[in-house]
Amino acid sequence: MEQTQTMCCNCGNQQDERNDKLNELIQKYRDVKGGLIPVLHGVQEIYGYLNEDALKVVSEELAVPMSEIYGVATFYSFFSLEPKGEHVIRVCLGTACYVKGAQQVLDKLSEKLNVEVNKTTEDQKFTLEASRCLGACGLAPVIMIDDDVYGKLTPEMVDEILEKYNK
Amino acid sequence: MNKLEKVKIMIDGLEIEVEKGTTVLEAAKEVGIHIPTLCYLKNVNEPSSCRACVVEVGPRLIASCTLKAEDGMNIKTNTKKVREARKTVVELILSDHKRECTSCLRNEKCELQSLANNLNIRELRFEGERTRAEIDYSSPAIVRDIEKCILCGRCIATCSNVQTVNAIGFINRGFGTIVGPSFDKPLADSVCINCGQCILACPVGALYEHENINDIWREIENPDKLVVVQTAPAVRVALGEEFGLPIGTRVTGKMVAALRKIGFDKVFDTDFAADLTIMEEGTELIKRLETGENLPLMTSCCPGWVKFVEHNFPNMLENLSTCKSPHEMEGALIKSYFAKRMNVDPKNIVVVSIMPCTAKKFESQREELSNQQMQDVDYVLTTRELAQMIKEAGIDFVNLKDEEFDNPFGEATGAGVIFGATGGVAEAALRTVFELVAGKDLDTVDFNAVRGIEGIKEATIELPNGAVINTAVINGLGNARKVMELIQKGEKNYQFIEVMACPGGCINGGGQPIVDKETRENIDVKIARSKAIYDEDKSLPIRKSHKNPYIKKIYDEFLGEPNSHLSHQLLHTNYVAREKF
Repeated sequence: MEQTQTMCCNCGNQQDERNDKLNELIQKYRDVKGGLIPVLHGVQEIYGYLNEDALKVVSEELAVPMSEIYGVATFYSFFSLEPKGEHVIRVCLGTACYVKGAQQVLDKLSEKLNVEVNKTTEDQKFTLEASRCLGACGLAPVIMIDDDVYGKLTPEMVDEILEKYNK
Repeated sequence: MNKLEKVKIMIDGLEIEVEKGTTVLEAAKEVGIHIPTLCYLKNVNEPSSCRACVVEVGPRLIASCTLKAEDGMNIKTNTKKVREARKTVVELILSDHKRECTSCLRNEKCELQSLANNLNIRELRFEGERTRAEIDYSSPAIVRDIEKCILCGRCIATCSNVQTVNAIGFINRGFGTIVGPSFDKPLADSVCINCGQCILACPVGALYEHENINDIWREIENPDKLVVVQTAPAVRVALGEEFGLPIGTRVTGKMVAALRKIGFDKVFDTDFAADLTIMEEGTELIKRLETGENLPLMTSCCPGWVKFVEHNFPNMLENLSTCKSPHEMEGALIKSYFAKRMNVDPKNIVVVSIMPCTAKKFESQREELSNQQMQDVDYVLTTRELAQMIKEAGIDFVNLKDEEFDNPFGEATGAGVIFGATGGVAEAALRTVFELVAGKDLDTVDFNAVRGIEGIKEATIELPNGAVINTAVINGLGNARKVMELIQKGEKNYQFIEVMACPGGCINGGGQPIVDKETRENIDVKIARSKAIYDEDKSLPIRKSHKNPYIKKIYDEFLGEPNSHLSHQLLHTNYVAREKF
């Protein structure tokens, strides 16, 4: 567990709150068969990524070995073991999007945000990800920013879209 | 389900009747039809993932290792379709395998190599991307070469299901899949306890011991060094296998002769220190029984078990015997008592231990096991590495004449010998504790209740003074975890626990000769080797540790008495709590 200690600022409180949420999550799934994946989704929601200390708690409480948890965490592409930016941009590189120019959209985003693919910007604002098929092939090429979907894109449209999240 | 229910199937035109639930692979074996397998390890790893065992069932190709025989099934194991499918499967595996067979230490002992040979694969049709990774040399015990790994999962299943150590797992997916510790840590930083059972499970050369052969040759070549070797009990009942002798052949005398030929200056027997361990640990047990403190006393000879406790049950470190393991005791005595007797500066003595074990390599580097900045033991070689040295030296092992160990650490009792098999430490301790408590000689020698290769054995033994010892004898760490959890819940109460990490004990240690899995399916290696151990015990004139004349002598001349101040300084140790992850 991360150390929780009294601090002069309020950042310690956020930690407590997250730990409470984690414990609540674990209680809910403790005796549920196949509970590991929903718990990992929950951990990612609480911390923004699969935080190592939180995974240790999960391993202990659910009695699932860390080797297995790590296997699941690295198997599914939606799980991340690194902290993510405030907004996650997923650029679909599925077949349909790819033939419709998704790579150019991805390159433009990478250049504009000055970040490599699958990395987070220095100001922790954006994480840029290349994704498997997002299931919206009719709108190809498609990107998702958090839960918003943008379709039929051209590289030129990128600036305007990013504006909305740069406030 | 009625257990005796039978089903009738046809295999290659032969009609056979087998018990319901039998797999097609097993059914074929019953009628002498050999189906190749690779990822399959009976009762341990049955993922049916490699597909080397496919057979034709009607129009389909199905993996026979997990296919249950059903009434009326018509199976063909030798058709063009089957042979080609198996070939393709193995060729695809080979296309992402570092094929450096001639310099691989599993050359001629590799299941993939012999499978490719049997399937008559002479050229490879597939050339594609290859997995690239640095070899992980971080652990002093076990080396991982990911480029040779074929992802069969046998190591993972052994580590997780048999040992419950859970040090390694599959990481990533698809072509990026590798086997390794969580968070991609080097093995040395993981919860691996170095037992090496993964090495015995690995069909190829992706996991092997961290070799020290060249270090030993270098030390032997150095004229300023007195290079002393000692051998563990389990080595002598397995070494012969590396030279074509049947499993369970005792080669004690030949082994001693070979060690001299290699160039070791003194050849000692770790069994001597096993006798010493009994004196120290037996005394410790009697004292703990008197005070009632830190019971159950848990044996500490097995470094895999010790590290397992340090990671998983750090609140029970006090229960571990403070005795160093026998070869560490012997190392400490070689660099003190023996050095003095020989008038040699201990800094110029090199102690080499030949062990059936990979965890001993890690153990020998623990800083707790040193004295005046000198490690008690400088190098540990596995049984396999010794065989390699014998071959490299061109020694005709099978025709060697028997020779005897050197003294003062060459004389051992039957009690010291049985340390190599599960139950042996407990039995050796009981033989001595019984007589020490009675204060007289007794006829009791064989304690059959603690013998046998079952994973968990319990025995209640009443000492001559009326005290009762509830004993548990455990082999395999999965079994140890079960017992430890019961103790922690208060559901079990013991005074003495012997644990050996490897299934069957040291005779089946991670450093022992590799027996291919098909031979293992036909012969129980654990039974054959442990029979040899108990035969050796029976053949010895003295079978109780405290009756060893050299043990008496070393207490008279040097140590004083068991658990004396000097004993504690040289022969006892302490443990460290380690992280659970």
